[in-house]
Amino acid sequence: MTAPQSPDSNPRRAFIAAAGAGVAGLGFTVIAPGLHLMAVGEANAATEARKAGTAASPAVRWGLLIDAGKCAPGCTKCIDACHTENGVSEKLPDPRQNSQWIRKIELVDKRNGRVTQLPMMCQHCAEPPCVDVCPTGASMKRADGIVLVDRHTCIGCRYCMMACPYKARSFVHTPLTQQNPEVPRGQGCVESCTLCVHRIDKGQQPACVESCPEGAMVFGDLNDPASDIAKRIASVPTTQVRADLRLNPGVRYQGI
Amino acid sequence: MPTPNSRNEEGLFYLLAAIGGAVSAIGVAAALYMEHSGHVVTGMNNQIVWGLPHVVAIFLIVAASGVLNVASMGSVFGRALYKSRAPLSGLLGIAMMSGGLAVIMLDLGRADRAIVAATHVNLTSVFGWNMILYPVFYGLVAVYLWTLMERRMNPYSKAAGLATFVWRVVLTSGTGSIFAFLVARQAYGSALLAPMFIVMSFAWGLAVFIPAQAAMYAASGETLPPLVHQRMKNLLATFVAAVLYLTAVLHLANAYFAKNIAFEYFILFNSEFAGMFWIGQVLIGSLLPLALLFNPATCKRTLWVNVAALLVIVGAYFHLYVFIIGGQAFPLDIFPGYDVKSSFFDGAVDHYTASLPEILLSLGGLGIAFTITVIGARALNFMPHDDRAKLEAAGSIAD
Repeated sequence: MTAPQSPDSNPRRAFIAAAGAGVAGLGFTVIAPGLHLMAVGEANAATEARKAGTAASPAVRWGLLIDAGKCAPGCTKCIDACHTENGVSEKLPDPRQNSQWIRKIELVDKRNGRVTQLPMMCQHCAEPPCVDVCPTGASMKRADGIVLVDRHTCIGCRYCMMACPYKARSFVHTPLTQQNPEVPRGQGCVESCTLCVHRIDKGQQPACVESCPEGAMVFGDLNDPASDIAKRIASVPTTQVRADLRLNPGVRYQGI
Repeated sequence: MPTPNSRNEEGLFYLLAAIGGAVSAIGVAAALYMEHSGHVVTGMNNQIVWGLPHVVAIFLIVAASGVLNVASMGSVFGRALYKSRAPLSGLLGIAMMSGGLAVIMLDLGRADRAIVAATHVNLTSVFGWNMILYPVFYGLVAVYLWTLMERRMNPYSKAAGLATFVWRVVLTSGTGSIFAFLVARQAYGSALLAPMFIVMSFAWGLAVFIPAQAAMYAASGETLPPLVHQRMKNLLATFVAAVLYLTAVLHLANAYFAKNIAFEYFILFNSEFAGMFWIGQVLIGSLLPLALLFNPATCKRTLWVNVAALLVIVGAYFHLYVFIIGGQAFPLDIFPGYDVKSSFFDGAVDHYTASLPEILLSLGGLGIAFTITVIGARALNFMPHDDRAKLEAAGSIAD
């Protein structure tokens, strides 16, 4: 589960062959017997379901490309979809204590007043500070690059929240009810975007990606040069938030 | 047959132990309430994730390490004046460490998982190191106290003292590194913090030791030798001045970098923390004590030296409050060059008010430290015993 992340240059051919995945760029792709994944918009890549009992592959690095230019002001569909999918529904009297796995940030360029919107969530860093500082190893990076919190070993010290430069993590401040069985959460534990790992493992896209009416979010394997996300990153200027920290985030932005 | 004096002493002991025990119990009850209700009953949130309990706990942990400096001066550096005080410094060290750790552990979101913390250690985490640093600290101080208080073990006290000295320097470096290793927030992420925490521990530990010692002498009706008093106040003044110097260097270095100017302006001039910094940390915690410790009219009087030490302790709390809470209140600079806003309060300065359960938990930590000290001082012989003739001779030679 916690094997080191393969570098972006890692050979991917074996993985691709073994996976038997369809050709990226088709309107739809067969990803498992009886299961077809319709590409959402023109940009989304197909993903491969992970067989039960098999480990996540270090040959893959899941990531997102978000086109801030397409992110519509006032639209919160990605947030709504995320919080519905993951059962994040508590509304506390002090809103600063509510969990927010994904949020919309409005940026105003101080030099020229240009306004940009974008969704912000865990950046799934290749060098995640949250993983480094976690005393128990509950904060971990899966072999395929997804940064997660093990809810069984998180002691709720919040050191990872101190360490995250993206304010991506939330602490569960209150007892929870009516959880999604696929997304266990817990009072007193820290949590953040899982990239909808439970959906990815079924060959589906993260809920936010699927919900975006503008097709502003592309999900896929950053290590696969044939994936839409890798092609897009190779062809348009993209930004890593706080690139100065050299954390190599798995979430990239376009248009900021 | 007990004398009236010993009966009074016994009565005082039970009174103090009862007060300490009650405060400790209230603190534990507050922690249970937080555990049951969730941290929704605290003033902490998703931006200010560490609050008053962390301020108090870190003070106790840092001071616990520093108070052992008295012992080190005796055992490691051979000063007789300090050596007779080594057992008391060891007791205070264990007491404050226990109070601090209790608060830190009871504030955890899942305090019931303490065993997980002990059995799953991530060695890239400074908190993970603590799982090694703190238990070994207890072990070393316990062995050290044994070598000091058991006559047959006395020959080993120097070795045990040296090991304790080295270990607590590592431990306090670790406490400073909790913040030094944070890349995210502008208040932290400076290598200076590790040595600065060590000097802070020297100042704050001695500031606790001086009034604790005075209280023990007063309770037993004895008089503190003037030489002890003079030496300790000189040492305290040196440490307080050193902390002030390092504080100035930290802020000046930060202010020199354009990316940190906004934070420095915030913390020093334009926030609720500015007053705490200048009045609490600098004036009350540093300049006033230095004035009392250097002014010829006050520095020779025990009362004023004790007042100076207590002011240093008050200043230490302001120092940590500004450092820990103020450092988190300033928004993360996720998008340099942009004004940002969001439903998650990006770009907004946060405000923190400690809730009653947090205050009670924090007081509980102080209560635990106090209770252990009172019981320890009653059960074992921690009262310093000076050979006055030797002391004066040593003092005259050293001076």
